[in-house]
Amino acid sequence: MSDVRILLDFEGHRRDIAEYERHGGYQQLRKALAGEPGDVVAAVDSSGLRGRGGAGFPTGRKASFLPKDRKPAYLCVNADESEPGTFKDREIMLRNPHALIEGILAMSYGIGATSAFIYIRGEYRTEFEVLRSALEQAREQGYVGRNVLGSGYDATVVLHRGAGAYICGEETALLSSLEGERGQPRSKPPFPAVAGLYAAPTLVNNVETLASVPYILAMGGEAYAQIGTERSKGTRVFSLSGNVKRPGNYELPLTATLRDLIEGHGGGAPDGRTIKAIVPGGSSTPILTPDQIDTHLDYESIAEAGSMAGSGAIVVIDDRTCMVQLALRVAEFYRHESCGKCTPCREGTRWGVEIIRRIEMGEARQGELDLLLNVCDRILGKCLCPLGDAMAMPVASYVTKYREEFQRHIDEGGCPFVEKSPITGLYHDLELVR
Amino acid sequence: MNGEYAEANAETLAGARETRPELPAPLPVDDDPRPLYDRIQDVIALYPERKSAVIPALRLAQEQYGWLSEQAFDEVAEATGFTPAYCKSVASFYDMFRLHPVGRYEICVCTNISCALVGAADTVRAFERELGIHRGETTDDGLFTLKTVECYGGCGWGPVVSVNERYHEPFPAEQVPELVASLRADAEAGA
Repeated sequence: MSDVRILLDFEGHRRDIAEYERHGGYQQLRKALAGEPGDVVAAVDSSGLRGRGGAGFPTGRKASFLPKDRKPAYLCVNADESEPGTFKDREIMLRNPHALIEGILAMSYGIGATSAFIYIRGEYRTEFEVLRSALEQAREQGYVGRNVLGSGYDATVVLHRGAGAYICGEETALLSSLEGERGQPRSKPPFPAVAGLYAAPTLVNNVETLASVPYILAMGGEAYAQIGTERSKGTRVFSLSGNVKRPGNYELPLTATLRDLIEGHGGGAPDGRTIKAIVPGGSSTPILTPDQIDTHLDYESIAEAGSMAGSGAIVVIDDRTCMVQLALRVAEFYRHESCGKCTPCREGTRWGVEIIRRIEMGEARQGELDLLLNVCDRILGKCLCPLGDAMAMPVASYVTKYREEFQRHIDEGGCPFVEKSPITGLYHDLELVR
Repeated sequence: MNGEYAEANAETLAGARETRPELPAPLPVDDDPRPLYDRIQDVIALYPERKSAVIPALRLAQEQYGWLSEQAFDEVAEATGFTPAYCKSVASFYDMFRLHPVGRYEICVCTNISCALVGAADTVRAFERELGIHRGETTDDGLFTLKTVECYGGCGWGPVVSVNERYHEPFPAEQVPELVASLRADAEAGA
């Protein structure tokens, strides 16, 4: 079972529509249009597919929350992949763009959407160009546009580029941004299914989630549900990065372990190095220690290990790295991306960065580790969206699990790892270049 | 730089090259000769509500002028029907909108965790040395602006560098002099 691949089960790419069609492409759209819209959602529901963006919510159930027959209704595709460590949606768009488009069209029909919007992060310029060409091809073949394949169904797909803001990956912030505003999250309820884009019923799905739909329709929901574990079905594309010999995206069934991924596919740490820590689901997730490498990659197992499966991004950190520097880099990122709407996140991320910076520079007093944990605690669960938590959770886990290392910075009045940590150059010894 | 960690990084970078998918050739920049106002009207027509066109319109203006000047905001406001202040408030939220002019080549280095773990700091410092500026600055001749940016989504193929929004990955420090020299040559040739 360990080599089951669905989305990326081929070499090279299928950007050319004829190539995609040769492998059965757009047949599922044809079939879906010949049947009832509810059939698509029912198949996805029976597959057990869970959202591949980060939250892991069952996709079929999410789609079923949309009120029937309220028009207009929208499908929004979340292609704003920006959780640090995550680059799998990008590879799916580059190599298998038509699977995404077919999934969008089938799901749009399934929920009775009047239009679909693909919100792609602004930095993904090549990926935007690939999708634009793929959509043009799909339009020429009659899969997109008025009266698709003579079914009477009109499919409109608009490709919308973001402009650089991590928070727009959060679904309500994405909708604000798509409406032409600053990308600030909204309070839920109302959920997007009831009042989403332009206050209409809206389904927001991640790229990998929607690209899986044609394959689920082809094999049938029940067959898809045979892959994976009891509660985590199917395959998932894991993004592996950091200090490993062969970083990259690897599609694995959800029965695989971190060891299968990191050692089996990634080749383990570079020669002469050992693994010090593992980020299991993107930079916002609590860190795991090397003794947890046999943890399974399904949502439940990672939760039991004290973290989250998140966006499927595994970052391997080897023994050279200073955990304080790593915490600083993570905290700086979330401070930069905090939209400023909720006080605990806006102020807490700033305080987090300041305290960690003092620790790294050897300026922190005894007791500041507890102050840092206290700041994290005052953010957790107190904001509209998870961005504040995305700093608080990992930072608190670094301090808790590598406390001795943090303490050494305070006791020794500076960073003991300046010489060997690869992140050092961002914070120390800046040469005056003028 | 410390030879020991450059060596460990080299192994990772070689693996990254193997797993990175082949990218299509870049498409030429859209050189639609029509006035900005007209092109923005086309964008507005794509959306049920015209406010959705504000961000795409700002992008069109930035592509035309290189950055968002007062005049650019006025034109976007005029074309979309929103005030210049509204357009500015939106633009200032997003990292890719430039509220100040930049050099002819905007070089961005991702320094988020995955890139930082495999040598992004070395790449940044190599650019600083080669260009004689710090991150966040523009060379006196107006050719280069150097920035550090947050996660570019090239984590497995890092360090990621972009030049005028085109990704180069992986991009270790030793490739810096050659890139800078070729961009200088392009600029002299008027390319």
